[in-house]
Amino acid sequence: MYDLIVVGGGPAGLAAANSAYQKGLRKILIVERDKELGGILNQCIHNGFGLHRFKEELTGPEYAGRFIEMLKDTNVEVMLDAMVLEINKDHEVHVINAEKGYQVLKAQSIVLAMGCRERTRGAIAIPGDRPAGVFTAGSAQRYLNMEGYMVGKRVIILGSGDIGLIMARRMTLEGAKVLACVEVMPYSGGLMRNIVQCLEDWDIPLYLSHTITNIESKNGRVSHVTVSKVGDDRNPIPGSEMEFDCDTVLLSVGLIPENEITRAAGIQMDGRTNGAIVYENMETSVPGIFACGNVVHVHDLVDYVSAESERAGAAAADYVLNGKSEAEAVKLVNGNGIGYTVPQQIRVSRVEKLADVFFRVRQVYKKSVIEVSDGEKVLASYKREHMAPGEMEHILLTRAQLDQAAGDTITIAVKEA
Amino acid sequence: MKELVCIVCPKGCRLKVDEENDYAVTGNACPRGAVYGHGEIKNPTRVLTSTVKITGGLYRRCPVKTDAVVPKGKLMEVMQLLNAVELKSPVKIGQVVIEKVAGTDANVVVTKDL
Repeated sequence: MYDLIVVGGGPAGLAAANSAYQKGLRKILIVERDKELGGILNQCIHNGFGLHRFKEELTGPEYAGRFIEMLKDTNVEVMLDAMVLEINKDHEVHVINAEKGYQVLKAQSIVLAMGCRERTRGAIAIPGDRPAGVFTAGSAQRYLNMEGYMVGKRVIILGSGDIGLIMARRMTLEGAKVLACVEVMPYSGGLMRNIVQCLEDWDIPLYLSHTITNIESKNGRVSHVTVSKVGDDRNPIPGSEMEFDCDTVLLSVGLIPENEITRAAGIQMDGRTNGAIVYENMETSVPGIFACGNVVHVHDLVDYVSAESERAGAAAADYVLNGKSEAEAVKLVNGNGIGYTVPQQIRVSRVEKLADVFFRVRQVYKKSVIEVSDGEKVLASYKREHMAPGEMEHILLTRAQLDQAAGDTITIAVKEA
Repeated sequence: MKELVCIVCPKGCRLKVDEENDYAVTGNACPRGAVYGHGEIKNPTRVLTSTVKITGGLYRRCPVKTDAVVPKGKLMEVMQLLNAVELKSPVKIGQVVIEKVAGTDANVVVTKDL
């Protein structure tokens, strides 16, 4: 019987396991499906990680390395090359790997840290042939940065999320010609820094309000791509077509939290985040099962994943050592302009001093105020100079503010100044 | 006068940099923007991250970076030099692969234990 089983050995799982160990748990197991710890950070060889956490700019592997190093001073067990097939409400974890076969492991607590996966061509239904040469940006990144394969020579990138932008630069540095980055929305989903350093530095055009409307092939490989402008309804405008001869299409069109085992366990899900509904300590609707990182909601920065996951790990330790954390909860309601919040529920009596609340807004806002109210009175408000859907927002609610709330809901809303 | 978007924070101020007036910056909402705009036009630099060949490791490529910024104009030259590098596992984070690369003060170092 383990104190804690952590599903996933990426940044979320590593931080959760470390933190649970620091809080006193001793029998901890991390189950990881890849051949090493570190998760997606291993292929993110660019820098910019850790500015919040370590006050310096690290590359992905270096950031992961810091957390893997911390584990070395603990007796946390790691099972690599192993897949969790199922978990259940009795805290049983069904694991399979080549060495030990099929096992059912019992744990007092579980942390779900499976991360997310990329949306594929199927999810966005691009018309045209189905040839080789269409990759998600993340798989191309793994081929290039870890396995040592160059995936193409003339490249079109669909989607201007950060992974797509990073790959535009990476492919260019390795000698490919990136012809264009195409984004269906009128604004980029990526960080300004990446627009400048990954596209503008290399004179790669960014076509906003455009999308791919046809992919043609020759001998089974991408040979030609048609890009069209889209209208306000995001439908292609006939006559606006641009034609590109290319051999590769990279897709950077969003990430989906990987929650098959979460759903199968009967854990309550949130349709807005595609992750589990969690309380302030990252506990799911099943007592003793916690979730953190990109499996709960897709983050912009790994630094925030680490912080959130440390809270989950600490809460798992608290659950094992001090018993159940059930108490009355208030629901966080999404008011004007708010896309989702994490946590979705707060058990006020369990909040020691501060409750972290993360959320995304639905549109770009200039000077504005985030208002937290119980429906009648304002409990807290926070000024912002600039907010955008691509940038996760964070506020801290104090126990005193939460205690003032009458009723069982708290609404978070944006008010334009 | 050159125009550029500030990347220091998400606000994205539109900066104007006057090359004829000691690269004076206008349009910035904070002092960090002035520093960025000044440097970006006068002497643009980047940290370069890439990979080199490795044998005997879990994977065939080993990630590396320059341990300091290098002039933007030298990035492709550094990439050429990296093509000739072949490491043997094991390597450690921080291990120097090329010293003072391409006549700069930056070393190329390993960024992963492999």
